[in-house]
Amino acid sequence: MAEQLVRSVPIIPHTPAELERQPLVLNQRPFGWLSDHIAGVAEGKTPKWWWMMFVPSFTLMVVCFSCITYLLTTGVGVWGLMIPVAWAWDITNFVFWIGIGHAGTLISAILFLLRQRWRTSINRAAEAMTIFAVICAGIFPLIHIGRIWLGWWLLPLPNANSIWPQFRSPLLWDVFAVSTYFTVSLLFWYMGLIPDLATMRDRAKTRLRQFLYGLFSLGWTGSNRHWSNYEKAYLLLAGLSTPLVLSVHSIVSFDFAVSQVPGWHTTIFPPYFVAGAIFSGFGMVLSLMIPLRTLCHLEEVITTRHIDLMCKVIMATGSIVGYAYAMEFFIAWYSGNPYELYAFKNRAFGPYWWAYWTMVTCNVISPQLFWSKWARTTPWFVFLVSIVVNIGMWFERFVIIVTSLHRDYMPSNWGYFIPTWVDIWTFIGTFGLFMTLFLLFMRFLPMIAISEVKGVTPQADPHHPLGGAKAHH
Amino acid sequence: MAETTVKYGLMAQFDTTADTLHAAAMVRDAGYRRWDVFTPFPVHGMDEAMRLPSSKVGWFTFCGGATGFTLGMLMIWWMNAYDYPIVVGGKPLFSPIFSFPVAYELTILLGAFGSLFGMLFLNRLPRLYNPLFKSVRFAQVTHDKFFVVVEATDPRFSDSETRQLLEQAGARHIEEVRD
Repeated sequence: MAEQLVRSVPIIPHTPAELERQPLVLNQRPFGWLSDHIAGVAEGKTPKWWWMMFVPSFTLMVVCFSCITYLLTTGVGVWGLMIPVAWAWDITNFVFWIGIGHAGTLISAILFLLRQRWRTSINRAAEAMTIFAVICAGIFPLIHIGRIWLGWWLLPLPNANSIWPQFRSPLLWDVFAVSTYFTVSLLFWYMGLIPDLATMRDRAKTRLRQFLYGLFSLGWTGSNRHWSNYEKAYLLLAGLSTPLVLSVHSIVSFDFAVSQVPGWHTTIFPPYFVAGAIFSGFGMVLSLMIPLRTLCHLEEVITTRHIDLMCKVIMATGSIVGYAYAMEFFIAWYSGNPYELYAFKNRAFGPYWWAYWTMVTCNVISPQLFWSKWARTTPWFVFLVSIVVNIGMWFERFVIIVTSLHRDYMPSNWGYFIPTWVDIWTFIGTFGLFMTLFLLFMRFLPMIAISEVKGVTPQADPHHPLGGAKAHH
Repeated sequence: MAETTVKYGLMAQFDTTADTLHAAAMVRDAGYRRWDVFTPFPVHGMDEAMRLPSSKVGWFTFCGGATGFTLGMLMIWWMNAYDYPIVVGGKPLFSPIFSFPVAYELTILLGAFGSLFGMLFLNRLPRLYNPLFKSVRFAQVTHDKFFVVVEATDPRFSDSETRQLLEQAGARHIEEVRD
């Protein structure tokens, strides 16, 4: 019986050269090499480049919290927002950061369900990015409510007059969507970390590290009886996160689409927001991973094939976004609604024309460069495009929010929004918060899922010659 | 010093996934019950080789999800239509339509908690003490080595026969683990 089990599966015949794919881990690196190199990033002496990135990031984070303190102690007058553009800067930043997070969940959940094995090299860092991006996002609606000390009114608790929150409002749906998203992303990330924390525990040299990694790895032994439940739970979490990630940005888009404002009241918003979110999120994953794979010497684990595949996702979602821009214009004309048509003409040719055309250049034109294989496999070029994509996606949210609000039905209501220095530095400061959290993550936790990468190597397959299978003919 | 430890079992080390899978099938065929395989990553086909039943985590997920949905709908109905009804914008006091997004999010939230905590419960984790951790060699299980452990409490366990079986399976190293 035992012999049959090994013999029953034939050895896969040699693949023709033209169908050969670049392997997910280059140079047939053994399991031990993977733990040494990935866990090694979070061990040993802190490299100089880490401090060179950490100090400015930390400073920017302090700037962010200083601006928030100034806002809270002085009042919302320090911001540039004013009726009619009351949502302006903060909600733009909120939607921007929430969108960034979506790539992490897409990589960890949707690509898992689709059996895309290349996701294993990038899912851990992308999930961390999701969590940190949602933290940055969460700040904005909270400070935007003006009286932050009343933020708990958003929770299902009775306020001073025993009134409950009003569940007919999409804004309240959003509270539930974003907080669920944060919690589930954290659970998923932590669960993926358990086996790798055990690796860190077993490698730890100091008592403190042994204790902390030991505590958080919960006594993981790699038992196959445990793996069996673990893999089922992982699959179920992926199955739950997939509708979750699609619902989160759909609900964010309901904040706009359920209202009556021309330019917001459209049914295309949910799919269009989700595609845009994945588009910007992959941009951010690439902006982070391209420098880090070189700095941490992980080019053999995060290969050009990984970059190539991510660029294809950017190209696909970027094209969906471009299609959505065109469709919005078509429907604005086809609906015969003069207010709707005006809102769109005003977007492209009104006072905010510069924001609109920045958005179109960054989001519609730049991803089309990835039709070229050279563009998809040249890291420095991909890095530049990924930055452009993120700029474009920030402008998209700015265009949707500011241009739709600044001129509504009554011309006497019209206005023009200009951010103040507090607005601008609060936003730039959130990048400091994001990078601080990310750098701390990569310094203390394995930034690539070690056990998962081991599992996709040929030597992990018991029916592959490298896995020890003997050729039976 | 008097011997105060008790025998926990025999631990055999393997270097490749194929050898481990083969050894697991041999131990299973020999009729052992209290034994396990330890690997740095889930090995494809090991559940079949050990003849493990399908995991029951799904039930925890289902119960979590069903609780979340019911709780969400009841909460909204109770808060907005029963405890303090206020008409807003001429909309009904309760409708499953506007309640759906929140109930849906709570379904996923409690379903996710059910999956993670269900997995931990079924695996009896956290369990920070484990006799296997006393073996220096066992630390390699999270690195690049594979182990088959047969516990001494197994009715079929016999020091010599079990050791012989593991040797036949091609173990690279066999040691006794004491608790």
